[in-house]
This record gives sequence, C-alpha cells and structure tokens, in this order.
Amino acid sequence: MGDTILILDKAFDPSVLSAELTSADATNGAQVTFTGMVRDLTEAPVNSMFLEHYPGMTERALEAIISKARQRWALGKIYIVHRVGMLYPGDPIVFIGVSSGHRREAFEACQFLMDYLKIEAPFWKKEFTPDGEHWVDAKTSDCDAAKRW
Amino acid sequence: MIKVLLFAQIRETLNCSQLEIGTDTLDTTPITVAQLKTQLAERGDLWHLVFVEQDLLSAVNQVICDGDHPLKAGDEVAFFPPVTGG
Repeated sequence: MGDTILILDKAFDPSVLSAELTSADATNGAQVTFTGMVRDLTEAPVNSMFLEHYPGMTERALEAIISKARQRWALGKIYIVHRVGMLYPGDPIVFIGVSSGHRREAFEACQFLMDYLKIEAPFWKKEFTPDGEHWVDAKTSDCDAAKRW
Repeated sequence: MIKVLLFAQIRETLNCSQLEIGTDTLDTTPITVAQLKTQLAERGDLWHLVFVEQDLLSAVNQVICDGDHPLKAGDEVAFFPPVTGG
C-alpha cells in the first residue's frame, strides 16, 4: 500500500488528512493519528516560527523511518505530513496517520514514527519571540524517547 | 568536486548555504568527512568555531554518516546541527 509523505509550505487541515486516510484504507479496523502544533506558552511566548529542512534528504529519511516501522508491525496505510516555512501559534506542524488491523500496532507505530522523526528527519525550528529570534536546541529527552524502541 | 551544503544556524553563522570543494587530489589521496571538516575549519575564525567547537551532524548523499566515511568526487556532503522537527 502506497504511503504518503508530504512536505508543505502552506497550512494543512489535519481533519482532511484523517478523512483521506480513512477512505484510502477501508480494510483495516484501526486508525491512529497525531497532530503536532505550534505552542504559545504564556511564560515563553512565541510570535512565529520558521521551519527549515533539507529537501531530498527529508523525504529519504522519512521513507527510511516508515520502512523501519513496517519491519516491526503489520501496518496498512501511513501518512507523514510536515510543514516548512513560516508558522504561527496554533498552526499544525506535523501530522502522522497510521492504519492497521488492530489498535495496538496503530498506536505503537504512530509513536515510533513520531519519536524517530524527532531525531532523524532533517528539520530545524527557529522561534521568533518578543525577546528576539533563536534556533531551537535539540532535546536529550527526544533521543531517550526513540531509544526505548 | 564535492558539493557541501550547510543548514540552519550553521548556514546563518557562516552566511553560506552551499560551496564546492575541488577534488583534484581525491583520487590519489582520499579524504574522510572528518578531514573535510578540518579543511573547512581553516577557512576562518567563524568556520573554526562551527567545524571544531560545535556539535554537528553530517550526511553524505543524504544519508547520516560518521566522520570516518570516505568521500569521492561528486558526493553531496551536508553539515547541520541536531534536528528539531516535529
């Protein structure tokens, strides 16, 4: 079953992608989706965010992560959609959708895909705040999250 | 020729997203990713700061590689900070 990898420089609607996933795979009984959004934390407000990526390698890295997930679980259709460019608080950044025969595989694969995307896909975030702009530092906790698999 | 790509804060610090390195001597004296980093560090103070003192990841032909990966003419080598997507 063909997977969908999309790198978009315009806003996307997670509910539309979720519906697409449902209609693309009518045979599997379980579907898990995850949407990550730009936060607006009151203690550290973010006005906007710029997302840079490495065109070409991004798609290859995501294909490799999907391939690793497929070796572990029997999965139906997989969607990975990621924004690049300028984003604002509340904007969806990333959408992951997985269908499978049973809920456990779909839940686990969705987490696995997200954990590996966080450490292996070449995206970089720059935040614009009232105090200025800065590139976001990678978190050790993200490496730990992927190591548990 | 080796194509070198730079991303995120490295690209900004060095004000450079792409450069080309001549490879006349590669056939006789192959170099590794780590040796290429050493060469790039010699281009100036900021380059030294980035390529010696910062925690960088490297990819050869769009696949993450260690410093001991050998390079050949036509390779695309990228240097970037740890990733922060998602």
